[in-house]
Amino acid sequence: MTNAAPDHAPKYAQLSLPDRIGKAMPLLLVPILVVLGFLSIGSPSSWLTLTVSGLAMGMMIFIMASGLTLVFGLMDVINFGHGAFISVGAYVGISVLLGLESWTGVPSLLLNVAAVLAAVIAAMCVTGALGWGFERVIVRPVYGAHLKQILVTVGGLIVIEQMIHVLWGPDEIYLTRPETLKGAVTFAGAAIEKYRLLAVVFGLALFVAMRLVLKRTKIGLIVRAGVQNGEMVEALGYRLRLVFIGVFIAGSALAGLGGVMWGLYQEVITAGMGEEMMILVFIVVIIGGLGSVEGAFIGALLVGLLQNYVAFLEPKLALISNIALMTAILMWRPQGMMPVVKAK
Amino acid sequence: MLTNLISGDRPRSLILTGLLLAILLGLALAPFLFPGVRSLETAARICIFIVLVASYDLLLGYSGIVSFAHTMFFGLGAYGVALASTHMGRGYDALVVGAVLGAIASALLALLIGLFSLRVRAIFFAMITLAVASAVAVLVSQLSGLTGGEDGLNYSIPRELTPAFKLGSLFGVSITGKILNYYLVFFASLALFLVLLRVVNSPFGRVLQAIRENDFRAEAIGYRVVFYRTLATCLSAAMAALAGSLFAIWLRYVGPDTTLSFEIMLDILLMVVIGGMGTMYGAVIGATIFVLAQNYLQNLMGVASGATEGLPLVPQLLDPDRWLLWLGVLFILSVYFFPTGIVGRLRSED
Repeated sequence: MTNAAPDHAPKYAQLSLPDRIGKAMPLLLVPILVVLGFLSIGSPSSWLTLTVSGLAMGMMIFIMASGLTLVFGLMDVINFGHGAFISVGAYVGISVLLGLESWTGVPSLLLNVAAVLAAVIAAMCVTGALGWGFERVIVRPVYGAHLKQILVTVGGLIVIEQMIHVLWGPDEIYLTRPETLKGAVTFAGAAIEKYRLLAVVFGLALFVAMRLVLKRTKIGLIVRAGVQNGEMVEALGYRLRLVFIGVFIAGSALAGLGGVMWGLYQEVITAGMGEEMMILVFIVVIIGGLGSVEGAFIGALLVGLLQNYVAFLEPKLALISNIALMTAILMWRPQGMMPVVKAK
Repeated sequence: MLTNLISGDRPRSLILTGLLLAILLGLALAPFLFPGVRSLETAARICIFIVLVASYDLLLGYSGIVSFAHTMFFGLGAYGVALASTHMGRGYDALVVGAVLGAIASALLALLIGLFSLRVRAIFFAMITLAVASAVAVLVSQLSGLTGGEDGLNYSIPRELTPAFKLGSLFGVSITGKILNYYLVFFASLALFLVLLRVVNSPFGRVLQAIRENDFRAEAIGYRVVFYRTLATCLSAAMAALAGSLFAIWLRYVGPDTTLSFEIMLDILLMVVIGGMGTMYGAVIGATIFVLAQNYLQNLMGVASGATEGLPLVPQLLDPDRWLLWLGVLFILSVYFFPTGIVGRLRSED
């Protein structure tokens, strides 16, 4: 009885190269798409313009989508009313901007930025508060019942959208960006709109900040653990419900922020814009994998870039490019690129 | 005989039986009981929406799947008839070919969507159908060469089905092709409804209900959940397309707003929920009440809005254009407080 354990020699073999590439594939998709775009467009200057606007669009979609994917991951709540926050955010933010015309009309960087900041803060406060109310009134009674959740949140979407019509009138609102954000800079022969550059920088900063919060702070740890196994986190004594409400409010506020940015990007806002964006947001959340912030980020960039490239190369196809992308990704990975929540 | 016709699915409530009979008689004799263009229009709309809502109930109520693409299938059927009538010329063959092709196309599209999304999790289905339906709606309004774009298509149907065709008069009502057309819609809707009733009361329908209640268990007993869910999706899509064909025959016009808009999808959802999910009779009650309310209540809102002119905000809230706002509120309230709808309430009382 000297050697009771059976003979075995555990080995730590490195993954084979194809396996490693497969694992990193979602991360590589964005660069691959950019290179493919370069090859098929040909002209470097138009490629640069399209890439920047694609990235800008992707960042804005990501800002709107991040809250939704976390809410789903944490509490298994699918919120079809998320789009309403986008519209409300845009209307509140743009109303503030229109009210501060004396700040936005002058070519002073400081005043312009202050006006935009005021608009963003107002929009985020309103949508955050709205999100809190929405969670209490609409979502709370229907936990655990997907069917009812979908129905009720769609009802909430309609009511909020119609209330926008009541409060702001049925017509779309046109606006102009603040003076210093108008126009474009020329770089390597390509005209790049200043606002798009700003949106890219801002979106990237937000993504990094969100990642830091999720990966480096205690609250981020609880959120991530809650997404993976909520019961266990509750058993350890954390009140996941409170965390969830916090995430819901933050997600709604981010949707409002995305709405302001999108409104400034399009220079027109309508009550139906949230519903339209919602479709892109859903596509991003699905291809990213439910519950995954990184997946949503990559998905949003893919959607933004692809839409801009295809609209340039073959305008008719742009309408279905997103659906085609979603189909392709789901054929490759039925759960989305980086699923965090196990299929239920 | 009668029990056979309704597949043994009795209303199981005295009031419900009375209501259903009243609706059946009212619709069957609509041209004589309620003469007039507008009431005939309303009656035909009720017939078509009963089929459409019943086919949606097969998904939502019986299978527990939420789809937002039901109007897309409805529109496919309608555009099938419209395109066939435009390209094949006036004739019954064009109507039949259009309806059949529309139904097949819908079933195939539903199969495709189902294979992608139902395989993973049912909740994907809701999101993906929303995305696909909006893409199709945009596509239809963009491809104006084929579909007429936002303006839609006008086409002619056989002369016997148009108001220009006169047959004489009966009980003081002059029988025109429009009334023949109405009876075509009525009997076709009745037949489709009875088929749906047959489907949900068949063993297949029982399996769907089992899956809705507990899909894991149904799979364990040996039913392939994905197969049943996908089949239910295809069936309901084909039925919706046929309802769309009837709508196209009745209106002699199709356009994105009348067949594909998200608003119609909401109407369908509301009709199912108000009438009662998981029972075909709910579709009858829901569609009837809703279409009547839509046609006559909106006028009332206009009056109320005018009467409250001086007050702040109230006139805007009561504006007939804000009809959807009240629908939304009603929708949320009925999901919370009447999850079984009118039919469920009536049945539980007996």
